[in-house]
Amino acid sequence: MTPASPILEVNHVSRTYPTAAGPLTVLREASFALAAGESLALVGPSGSGKTTLLGLCAGLDQPTTGTVTLAGRVLAGLDEDARARVRNETTGFVFQNFQLIPSLTALENVLVPLELRGLRGADARRQAEASAKALLERVGLGARLDHYPVQLSGGEQQRVALARAFVTDPSILFCDEPTGNLDGATAALVTELIFGLNREKGTTLVLVTHDAELAKRCGRVLRLRGGEIVTAVN
Amino acid sequence: MHFLLKLAWSDARASRGRLLLTALAVVAGVAALAATGSLGRNISAAIDDQARALLGADMVIEARAAPDAKVDALLARLGGEQSREITFASMLAVPGPDGKAVKSRLITVRAVEPSYPFYGAVESAPATAREQLADNNSVLVEETLLKQFGLAPGSVVRLGQKNFQVAGALQKLPGESAAVAMLSPRVLVSRAGLEGTGLLGAGSLVRYRTHLKFSAATDVDALDAREKDSMRSLRLRADTVSERKRELGKAMENVSGFLRLTGLVALLLGAVGVASAMQALVQRKLATVAVLRCLGAGAGLGLGVFLVQGIAVGVLGSVAGALTGAGLQAALAALIRDFMPVETANFAVRWWEIARAGAIGVALTTLCTLVPLLAVRRVSPLAVLRAVEPVSGRRDPWRWAAGAALAALMLGLTVTLSGNSRQGAAFAGALAAAGGALVLVARGLMAATRRSAQMETMRALPFSLRQGLANLHRPGNRTARLVVALGLGAFLLLTLAFSRSALLGQLQFAGANDRPNLLFFDVQDDQVDLLREKLTALGAAPRAEAPIVTMRLAKLKGRTVEALMQDPQAGVPGWTLRREYRSSYRSAPAETERVIAGNWVEKWDATAGEGVPISVEEGLAKDLRIGLGDELDWDVQGVPVRSRVASLRKVDWQRMSPNFFVLFPTGVLEGAPKFHVLAARAEDKELNARVQREVVTAFGNISVLDLGLIIESLDGVFAKAELAVRFIALFTLATGVVVLAGALAAGREQRMREAVLLRTLGASAAQVRVALITELTALGLLAGGAGAVLALGGGAAVAIYVFETAPVLPWTSMAATMATVTVLTVVTGLLTQRGVATRPPLEVLRAEG
Ligand SMILES: Nc1ncnc2c1ncn2[C@@H]1O[C@H](COP(=O)(O)OP(=O)(O)OP(=O)(O)O)[C@@H](O)[C@H]1O
Ligand SMILES: [Mg+2]
Repeated sequence: MTPASPILEVNHVSRTYPTAAGPLTVLREASFALAAGESLALVGPSGSGKTTLLGLCAGLDQPTTGTVTLAGRVLAGLDEDARARVRNETTGFVFQNFQLIPSLTALENVLVPLELRGLRGADARRQAEASAKALLERVGLGARLDHYPVQLSGGEQQRVALARAFVTDPSILFCDEPTGNLDGATAALVTELIFGLNREKGTTLVLVTHDAELAKRCGRVLRLRGGEIVTAVN
Repeated sequence: MHFLLKLAWSDARASRGRLLLTALAVVAGVAALAATGSLGRNISAAIDDQARALLGADMVIEARAAPDAKVDALLARLGGEQSREITFASMLAVPGPDGKAVKSRLITVRAVEPSYPFYGAVESAPATAREQLADNNSVLVEETLLKQFGLAPGSVVRLGQKNFQVAGALQKLPGESAAVAMLSPRVLVSRAGLEGTGLLGAGSLVRYRTHLKFSAATDVDALDAREKDSMRSLRLRADTVSERKRELGKAMENVSGFLRLTGLVALLLGAVGVASAMQALVQRKLATVAVLRCLGAGAGLGLGVFLVQGIAVGVLGSVAGALTGAGLQAALAALIRDFMPVETANFAVRWWEIARAGAIGVALTTLCTLVPLLAVRRVSPLAVLRAVEPVSGRRDPWRWAAGAALAALMLGLTVTLSGNSRQGAAFAGALAAAGGALVLVARGLMAATRRSAQMETMRALPFSLRQGLANLHRPGNRTARLVVALGLGAFLLLTLAFSRSALLGQLQFAGANDRPNLLFFDVQDDQVDLLREKLTALGAAPRAEAPIVTMRLAKLKGRTVEALMQDPQAGVPGWTLRREYRSSYRSAPAETERVIAGNWVEKWDATAGEGVPISVEEGLAKDLRIGLGDELDWDVQGVPVRSRVASLRKVDWQRMSPNFFVLFPTGVLEGAPKFHVLAARAEDKELNARVQREVVTAFGNISVLDLGLIIESLDGVFAKAELAVRFIALFTLATGVVVLAGALAAGREQRMREAVLLRTLGASAAQVRVALITELTALGLLAGGAGAVLALGGGAAVAIYVFETAPVLPWTSMAATMATVTVLTVVTGLLTQRGVATRPPLEVLRAEG
């Protein structure tokens, strides 16, 4: 199934880093498209460019050549602030090392993306808090709303991060080894949550992983080696 | 906006300890600025309020010679009420039962009429003691001297050949500060009381003053302007209230400008602290900012969050500082009271100045926060995926603009606060240069440790030492921050100490070894032989003698002095033309001088028909723009003498020996009215006192200048002045410690993580501690050393340009400073990183998320 307008389109994207030993190309001529609701796993050996590609797709970084179109907008044409807005409106993120803001409580952390949109009036605030709480309940942390990240275990932190990722009802979710820092049981729990929420909300998913089982659960798998896409498994 | 504040608040809550520490860095600086500003305002207000009492009259006219008919005519023309005063140097002796002097000291006699002063009052204890002077047999003696000699009202003292009764202690004369009296204590006596002392008209440092009081309608300045020329030609100096006000205002402006600058230094140091704390904050919060960016925050949000915190810190610190300063101004006023010619009792807190200091604090902290913070806008959201290089704002125009605004603010502050644009700019320049030099030193240190880490000898060092040294250059190091903050502090404190030793060292050198330390002056012709015999008998034979003949310059290369003074093109400084020259004659150059051009003439041969061949000191020759062969016409107390420059001399003025600008050959001035100076050396204190006593007993009119006493008095004056400066400098030190603690605390987390990792890998707590101490010691030594070397430069500049002497190298204070800075660094460091070595690793690993 290939609908007319893909939500993510990557076109001949390369990324080169200047290094002391001359330019180093870590991603070469990557192209693929992803339709709304699809799920894609990025796999490959360490250093093959998975994180690099993910960052480019999400507009966290700029390609050296090629274009990325996210939710109908060509990222290269936007300035950093405009890209930030696109991220806020359309994406959610989950990282291997959770990336919660240490000075905020669990609830406050989940609220951040909504706060960034600007919460006007008490109604909007109540609503935002309600959906944040609902999501925290959903990931099983309803009793830990006021805890700071340091007071939570790794798995709990990752669940807060998940709640944060879904609080804006993103159309696409980017995950970089979301279970990489978690033990088997916790990893399974987080995986279930990711795919469960993904299904509930109809979110598109881009997932970097080393875990073959995890990759299998995605609709498509993209294998990278040495900065090039070697197989696109449909 | 609401979210921004909320985020700022919750973030600040998490690091409130560190933010409070940062706020503390500005407290001392703002306090110093507020206290000195308020004090300065009080001083200038007091000068305005107490203007007439500062002079004690509407006008004072001063002459070097007793008023003659022409002067009297001028004084009659001026009119008003008049009161005359004679002041001169003499010896005050305390006679024993046998009439011989038991104690004696060089003092300044102030012989005044009952009408003195017209405004203000002579302050004495008891308060009415002044009235007793009317009996012409009583004196008021400077309070300090009275105490020193153990005298009390009713004691007997001797001036010249006459005994007086002490009526009381002299505390204050209108418009004179206590510091002046420390150098030469004053003795107040009635003019009529001088009869019978044998001192009238004999001394050499005599001044004749006339105090004038006019009716309220008189325009004193107009009168002064109208008589200016005639007063100049009579060699009179007139002082009016407005002139005194101007002079005092300027002097006081210099004093308070200096204090304000010293205070500003504390503030600038605090600003450096704020900037570096913010820099550290930014580094620590990069991840948070990146997450926010990733979630869709605009570039401004991160900046806003930390800017709000920075401003809050600035406001907090500045308000606390301003209030502290308001409380401290009284203490500062008490410290400088002795230097104040004005009454300091009713000084009040000047809130405007306090507010201004606060505002300066806020502005400075805001800019200092902004410069490092602007980097936050450039944090890449990519940082959530992997550690990216710390952002560089090198090409950020906003950063440049903020930096330029900061530099402009600093320059503006130094210039306005010093009250003198050149000094202010020089000060700012010196500070910038010192700061720059310290940054270079820090960079050098980092490069050196980085490079030397590869060397064999370094590799042989124990692991913990290497680790400590490596921490100096590793990412996240605090080398630059600490070296600048500590070095600047050491630099400023030491420069102060160096200036003092430059001044005192010069004097001590002058009296060193077997050089003369007693100078006898006002010795009459018939007393020279007697005095010489007496000194020899006492075991302090004179080392040098010289006759002194006072004279004035009448013509220079054929042009009259009057014409030259009117002619700005001549380029001859006024003082060289107007001054009274105390010249001498001798047959051969003295030990302390050397002929550098021309020929020394031993004896004048009158038949030669030319001018008298004289020898001129090279500096004076330069000022007068004369050279060998040029003609000078002198007025030797009414007798014209023509001379020509036969030789130029270089003179070592620093030695206490009779030295002169102009020397005549023998055979010319022997008949002129003159007195003599003799220089001698008394090996020990006891002999010194005995010589003075004996001489004063035998020759009431001879004055003795005791070099040891002068050094002591100057040291006392300087110590008092230094106390005030030190008080302010203390703020700098306090700020330095706070900045130090802040900078060290900023690196705490990283050290903690490293230490835990090391311990996990098998390092002992002792190894971790040794690494930490190694790093801190290296930092302290280097910062202290760099500061000391810079101060050496600063002190040398002060010595050369201000005191015009060779700089002194105070090794001990340099070493002491380095040691202090090092100990301070190590102790503060160990305190702020308390527990690094022993903290259970688990806790830190959890905190890492
Ligand atoms: N700033 C940079 N400068 C130079 N090289 C870089 C930079 N960032 C990443 N690289 C290189 O790009 C390559 C791809 O990195 P990337 O992080 O995308 O790999 P990855 O597939 O995510 O690996 P892993 O599975 O280990 O996370 C690596 O070889 C890395 O060293
Ligand atoms: Mg990766």
